Amino acid sequence: MSNNSYAIECIDIKKSFGSVEALKGVSMHAKPGEVTAIIGDNGAGKSTLIKCISGVYSSDQGSIKINSKEVNFTSPEESRSSGIETVYQTLSLIEDLSIWQNLFLNREITKGFGPFKLLNKSKMKEEATKMLKNLDVYIPSIKSRTRRLSGGQRQAVAICRAAGWGSSVVIMDEPTAALGVRETAKVEDLIKRMKSQGLAILLISHNFDQVLRLADQIWVMRQGDVMAGLRAKDTTGDELVALITGAKTGKG
Amino acid sequence: MRKSVAPAKPGATDLSFLDKVRNRIKDPFFWSDWLVVVAFIFVVAVFGIIAPEEFLTLWNLNNILVAASIPAIIAVGQTFTVLTAGIDLSVSSTMTFGAVTFGLVFTNSWPLWQCVITGVIAGTLVGLLNGLIIAKRKINDFIVTLGMLSVASGAALVLSDGKPRQVISEQLSTLAIGEKANVPYLMMVAFAIVLIAHFVLFHTRFGTHVFAVGGDPESARAMGISVVRIKVAVYVISGALAGLAATLAISRIGSAEPAANTSILLNSVAAVVLGGVSLFGGRGTIFGPFIATLLLQSLANGLTVIGVAAYYQYLSIGLVVILSAALVRTDK
Repeated sequence: MSNNSYAIECIDIKKSFGSVEALKGVSMHAKPGEVTAIIGDNGAGKSTLIKCISGVYSSDQGSIKINSKEVNFTSPEESRSSGIETVYQTLSLIEDLSIWQNLFLNREITKGFGPFKLLNKSKMKEEATKMLKNLDVYIPSIKSRTRRLSGGQRQAVAICRAAGWGSSVVIMDEPTAALGVRETAKVEDLIKRMKSQGLAILLISHNFDQVLRLADQIWVMRQGDVMAGLRAKDTTGDELVALITGAKTGKG
Repeated sequence: MRKSVAPAKPGATDLSFLDKVRNRIKDPFFWSDWLVVVAFIFVVAVFGIIAPEEFLTLWNLNNILVAASIPAIIAVGQTFTVLTAGIDLSVSSTMTFGAVTFGLVFTNSWPLWQCVITGVIAGTLVGLLNGLIIAKRKINDFIVTLGMLSVASGAALVLSDGKPRQVISEQLSTLAIGEKANVPYLMMVAFAIVLIAHFVLFHTRFGTHVFAVGGDPESARAMGISVVRIKVAVYVISGALAGLAATLAISRIGSAEPAANTSILLNSVAAVVLGGVSLFGGRGTIFGPFIATLLLQSLANGLTVIGVAAYYQYLSIGLVVILSAALVRTDK
C-alpha cells in the first residue's frame, strides 16, 4: 500500500544487535506538512528506528523510501544529502562559535577557487539572519557566541539549522525535554511553523500532552514493534498509555 | 552592506557606549584576548624606563625581533594543536630533526632550496606520525608527543652521528643578518607565517573546523566534520613549521646542530597560554601567541640588558607563564 504523498516510508525494517532484536519489522510513514510522533517506553526501539532513518545505523532488512524513492543509507552524510536532518538532544552546537557559524557549520559558503577558497562571511551572516527570520526566531545578535544563548534559544538555533537546508524531513529527539514552560511553548510554536511550511517532522517525545498537542499522526512502539498507528485527533492520552504498556494491543 | 546583517531584534543594539565598555570589561574572554598586549606594552615600558640607553635602541629592538622569529613560527604551530585541545611537546626535537636532515643533504651538495624542502618534509613526517597516532589510535596527545620528543631527538643523533654539520651558504647568511627598513628578514619570514596562519584560521573552512573540533568534537562529528582529519592536520602543520624553523635556526648558527633546543618548547607553550589560547581548545587567535612571543623575548632581552644573570631569566619566564595561566583561566 505505497502512497506517493509520504515523505518517509519505512517498510518492515529489522535491526539486530547481536542476539537482541531492536527492530522486529517496523513499518511506518510520515507525510509532509505533518508532525508525526513516535512514542514508546525506553528500549521500545524509537532511537534505533530514528538512527536507521538518519543513516547512523543501516537496517538489516526492509526498505526506506524518501519521497517515494528507495534509499539505502550507509552514513549520516548520505541521509543528510537526501534532505533528512536530525536534531539530537545534545543539539550539536559549538559553544564558542557564533550563531551564524553554527548555522553554517560544515556547509560554509566560500568564494574563490581551488585551494584559495575563502569564507564568505557577509553572505553567511546575511543568510543566517534569513534562516532565523523565516521561522520567526528572534536572537539578539547572530554574531554572539552560542554560549550566551538560553536553552530555548539554542534549541531554536539547532532546529533552524536543521530546517534551513532545503531539507524535507526533520527528526527531533525530545526537543523540549530540557526546557521550561515558556521556552517549551516557543519551541512548539516553531515546530508548528515548520509544519505549515510543508516539512515532515518526526518527533520523539515522552510528553503525551505535547504529542497530542502537536502531532497529526502517532506511532506507538513497544519492544521493537509498532503497536499502533493512530491519528492524533482520534485518540486520548489514556489509550496511548495503554498501548505503550501493553495493556491494550492491536493495530488501530 | 553591514546594515543587512543587523540583529533581527532591536534593543540589543541600543546599549549605550558605557554599557558596552562595561560589558566588555566584565567579559573574561576580553581579558584573555587583550592581557598579552597590555603585558607586552608594560614590559617594554618598564625596561624602556630602567634602561632607555640600552633597551630602546634600534639595534637592541632588532635583536629582539631576530630572537623572536624562530619561537614565533613554532608558537604558530603550537597554537593549532592547542586549539584542538591537544599539545605538541615534540616541536623542539622535530626542529632539530629537520635541521639534521637539512645538514645531511646539504653536505651531499643538494641545492639550497631542496635542503629547505627536505627539512620541511622531515618535520612534516614527524607531525604526520604524531597526528596519526593521536587521532587514529586515540592515544593521549601528551604521551605521544612526549615520546616523539625523545624519538625525534634520538633520530637526529643517529642521523648526524651526534656531530654538527657546517652549513655555509651566502643566501642563508643574508637571511640571518639581512634587514629591510629595520625589520630583519628572519622576522619577515616569521610574520608572513603568522599572517598566513591567521588567514587560514579565520578565513577558511578548515580554520572554522579546527575551532569546532577543539570546542566540541562530538558536535563537530555530528555535523559531518572529520575529527580525525582535522587532528592529523594540526600536527602536520606543527611539524611542518618546526621543519621550516630549522632553516632559520641553521642560518643563524651556521651549522645543523643535533642537540635539541628545549627552551623553544617552553617558549611555544608559554606563548600559547599567554596569548589567550584556551588549553581546553576551541578558543584563541594567532596574533595573541605572536605578541606573547615578542613579550617573552623582550623580557629575556631586557633582563640581560639590565644585567640580571641568565639563571634568573629561566626563573622569571617560568613564573610569568604560570602567572598568566592563572590570570586567564576560564572555567569551561
